[in-house]
Amino acid sequence: MCSLALFPPPLPPGQTTMCESNNELLSGANNSEARQDSGPLSLHFPRESLKLHSRTESSSKAAFLDHSETLWMRSAAAWRDGGFTGLLNEITTSHAEVPKWLSVTSGCILALLRWVSSFHGSLYPHVTLSSEDMIAEFSQVLNWSDCVVRAFAWHPHTDKFAVALLDDSIKIYNPKSAITPTLKHRLQRNVAAVQWKPLCASALAVACQNCLLVWNVDPCSLSTRPSSSCAQVLSHPGHSPVTSIAWSPSGSLLVSASPLDTSMTVWDVAAESCVPLQRVGGGGVTFLSWSPDGSHILASTPSALFRVWETRMWTCERWPCIKGRCQSGCWSPDGSRLLFTVQGEMVIYALTFSGSPGVPPGLVKGPQIAVVVADLSETTFNSPDGDIIVGGEIQSLSWDPRGERLAVLLKGDPEAANRPAIIAVFKTRANPVFELLPCGFVQGELGAEPRLLQFHPNFQHGALLTVCWSSGKITHIPFYFLSSDVSQVGLSGSPPLPHLQERPADFSNQSLFTELIS
Amino acid sequence: MFPSETSCWFIRKVIWWRAAASIAWSVLLLPPTTAVFVFLSKFSFLHPIQTISECLSLLMSSCLIFSFILLGGVVIMVGFLNLEYYTVIPTIACSKIALLGQLLHPRQVVNSLAHCLMGVIVGWCCAVTVGNRYETLGCPCKSSDGVPQMGLNEYHLVFLLAGAFVGFSHSLLGVIHNINYVSFHAVQQYKYLHFKGSLPLVLKCSAIQAFYSIRNFTVAYFFLGYIPKTWICKTLNLHLDSSVHRLDSITGFVDLSLLYHLWISATFLLFTWYITLLLFRIFVTEVYSFPVQPTFTEDSYQCLPRVLIDQQPMILKFLALQDLALLSKHSPSRRGEVFSLSQPGGHAHNWNTVSRACLTLLADLTQRLVAYHETVATNGRAKSLSSGSERKISSDTSFTSGTEDLFSPRPTFLTKTPTSVFARSFAGGPHSPLTAPFTPDLDSPFSSPTLRRLTGPVDQCSPWHGSVQSPHIMRRVPKLWSTSAESQVSSSPPRSPASVPSPKQESTKPSFLAQFLQNRKEQVKNFMAKRVLIMYLFNKLPEASSQALFADSQAHIWALEALSYLVQASFTEDQFGVVQTTLPSILSSMLHLQEAVDRHFKLPHASSKPVRSANSMEDFTYKTLRFALRATLKTAIYRITTTFGSHLNAVQMSAEHRKRLQQFLEFKE
Repeated sequence: MCSLALFPPPLPPGQTTMCESNNELLSGANNSEARQDSGPLSLHFPRESLKLHSRTESSSKAAFLDHSETLWMRSAAAWRDGGFTGLLNEITTSHAEVPKWLSVTSGCILALLRWVSSFHGSLYPHVTLSSEDMIAEFSQVLNWSDCVVRAFAWHPHTDKFAVALLDDSIKIYNPKSAITPTLKHRLQRNVAAVQWKPLCASALAVACQNCLLVWNVDPCSLSTRPSSSCAQVLSHPGHSPVTSIAWSPSGSLLVSASPLDTSMTVWDVAAESCVPLQRVGGGGVTFLSWSPDGSHILASTPSALFRVWETRMWTCERWPCIKGRCQSGCWSPDGSRLLFTVQGEMVIYALTFSGSPGVPPGLVKGPQIAVVVADLSETTFNSPDGDIIVGGEIQSLSWDPRGERLAVLLKGDPEAANRPAIIAVFKTRANPVFELLPCGFVQGELGAEPRLLQFHPNFQHGALLTVCWSSGKITHIPFYFLSSDVSQVGLSGSPPLPHLQERPADFSNQSLFTELIS
Repeated sequence: MFPSETSCWFIRKVIWWRAAASIAWSVLLLPPTTAVFVFLSKFSFLHPIQTISECLSLLMSSCLIFSFILLGGVVIMVGFLNLEYYTVIPTIACSKIALLGQLLHPRQVVNSLAHCLMGVIVGWCCAVTVGNRYETLGCPCKSSDGVPQMGLNEYHLVFLLAGAFVGFSHSLLGVIHNINYVSFHAVQQYKYLHFKGSLPLVLKCSAIQAFYSIRNFTVAYFFLGYIPKTWICKTLNLHLDSSVHRLDSITGFVDLSLLYHLWISATFLLFTWYITLLLFRIFVTEVYSFPVQPTFTEDSYQCLPRVLIDQQPMILKFLALQDLALLSKHSPSRRGEVFSLSQPGGHAHNWNTVSRACLTLLADLTQRLVAYHETVATNGRAKSLSSGSERKISSDTSFTSGTEDLFSPRPTFLTKTPTSVFARSFAGGPHSPLTAPFTPDLDSPFSSPTLRRLTGPVDQCSPWHGSVQSPHIMRRVPKLWSTSAESQVSSSPPRSPASVPSPKQESTKPSFLAQFLQNRKEQVKNFMAKRVLIMYLFNKLPEASSQALFADSQAHIWALEALSYLVQASFTEDQFGVVQTTLPSILSSMLHLQEAVDRHFKLPHASSKPVRSANSMEDFTYKTLRFALRATLKTAIYRITTTFGSHLNAVQMSAEHRKRLQQFLEFKE
């Protein structure tokens, strides 16, 4: 089992991690300006550049609403805005105008409803949160509510990506074109996650506070502001706020989850039809992750329980946790192994699924127990500037598409100066036994905390980790290595930097070719 | 339709059993439903204990057992009607008059009357169950001069009439909302979980529809209630009790208890019927696994490649395509069977048959779209042309425009493609002697793959490759024989979305008569166009023709999925390279379809989204099938291009297609 004590010590302040080459992480000192020029995809969104909403709608409502409306009008408005409870509230508060029995009755019903909901809230504490707090609580992004970049998604096949910003807009960057479309929609508020549809050039699913949006951004279009008619709105009563979405790897279905809805919704996006898959236990669904081979989905709930759905007949296995809810999880590229972390514990668990998708679901022998594969408990590193404590709870996990590097975002402690949030990167090895080996820590500029990480889905020379920082910067850290399935010889070695020489795969071709000639 | 269906082994061995199982389950679910109904109808806030004891004693009574038997009979009848009337291809009316025609179709009238009758029976059962003042039709009363006589119990009558009304409106709404359409879900679930998941929706729908039905019934009874009342009184020699106030008055209906009981009874009625329908849908659409290779030769008619070519029962074809799509997605061992070679001889019969069946479906849709696009494009011009075939076109066109596209363009289209699946089923078998010699594209990719493999996939020699680009060839070549085929086809009643009695025979008359008729028709049309009601009835419903065009697109979606997944799997699993021989034709037919679909979506109304409401048992999938098809098609092409990548440059295809494919390779579509 791997622990943080085996890691090389973190960099001194001021140094940033540049890349991995020859099996070690290279760092550079404060030359981030030069690096930004080199990579066209390295972006910076200063907080000041965003036009933020100064106040929310509910606070501005009181300033504008005319209070001299009739009771009927107010009741109708309350019904429209707040539903049944809103109506009851309105009737109860305006007791001067309504008959006494009505206001008393509605007050009693309201009290009863509150009592029931408080009972519900004591069972599931998360239902008492406001929807914005709930997204922040269950998001994969560290400190979501304060984060400039709220969501990030690489396109699964090309080099473009989408960035959701604090001002509820989404920008799409493509290195091959100078146009960066900005997506804005009336319903696009508090974006919790974005994801591109696989096997499609244009569809981008966005999880918003009240609904799901599926944007259709034509890659050939020259428009910088696609109109909101390009977006499909998918909503289902009771299914909000949406905190997590996942496309099936075959691109046909979209799954969405809301912590307030006990059912996970499977959307047929083109037909705009949905199938809610309801399982009552757990009180909601917070995080979804579809395995890359499409056979399983991880669905975690706000309570100490997560489920693994099998996608052929849509049945699920229950996995009760001991301590807390499942915070994050990721799948190996072949879909046979699931790594997950539990809130309140400082370890990474692994589950192995042996069944292939072709076997009937009844015959698949699921795993019996989760195995601890890494221990991330707090470790002190001594450095000349003072001790740095690394470790603790895990915010999110990300596994590169080749299954060679695992990036772990550690929460740290925002109060303590010497316990920063940090990214720990592991090497993973599946043969002969599955194990995690230490690779190193990824650090940014002074004062910048990592908030969100994702691997590039098809980086050719190894793995490319994209990190969004608290300063509003997005950087890309390449890990150059030879994939173990390309050549068994250079398992631990790494190829020279690719801009100097060509790919290793090309070498083998060339040597074969010369052999053929001779 | 019936003889051919009953003779099919699949209907006999599978569908009937599935229907029987669904009916059995709905009968088994009847006791709990009835118990809940009894409890709700008897419930009173003030005496909860008394309610429960009353309910228990009522549930044991002989009267309820008798009505229970009746209800069971009704449910079985509803189940049979579901089996008789279900369809996997929805019937889409393109105008109000077509809808009216559907409603007045004899088959539908029988259906409505049956539902009406069953509604009366359920209404009687409800009245007996609720008891008290509703229980009997006759009640003792005193006439004005104090003589005791038998009077009419209007409450009971109201229950019977409400039952009939709700049953009738259920059947009418069923036609309007295509409730007999059985759709297939993208998400496979076990039957129990599917049922459990849909139960709240069914309950909500039946409560809401019951509410609206009872509201309408109340209004109808208020105005027309005296007719059945006096009629019943006359026939049964009952007297109207003058001391009790009449129900078809304002005061009569402000009786909350009566309204509540009516509503709860209507909900009960609709709930049991909807449960039957839901169970039927779930059971019928369950995946059926066909063997890819027969174990014994006498079972070969049951195996997947054979079933895919057979056209007759649509449900069989749909289930076979569904199974094919699923096996191509999930089952490597069964994919292996598809890619395998025949044991003596080494022919890839399985793959050839499967791919040909799928490609025929796609080609059929492409041609249908092209034909429709032409019809729309030529709408209103090019009316007098000399050659016979051209006149046929123009008369068709003007006819469609004249009646504002009463029918979908499919009947016209069907005759044009002898290789098409539908034409075959209508023209009486795959080897129709009439159409075979006229087959226009003998060397098309779909007719003889073996021949094609020898000559190599050179697309330029395929005539219908060119036909898509130039509509004139397309129009002329297949139309040469279409006039002769027309009479043959139109004599057999088509079961297509446009199964309206059509005056189509006109167009097969000699040309001068046709000319004359057409002129008449123009005059009539001009005359009629000025009348508002006529215009209302004949006006084409927006996007309905588009829906009709894609009505059976679920089959095409599965065909696309199956082909793309099989091609993707062939990259690693196909040991003998059987897929490579058909890859060019698969790609070209997909790209052709993509072109046709793109063109179609540029038409007005084609890309407008239908309005949907969640409170109905109506299945909306058929309204959005065209969007699903478009998305699936794109995904399918992407699946092939991402799998094969630059290897596709080695595939022979036309320059235009190569350009299109390049866009897909660069993710620019």
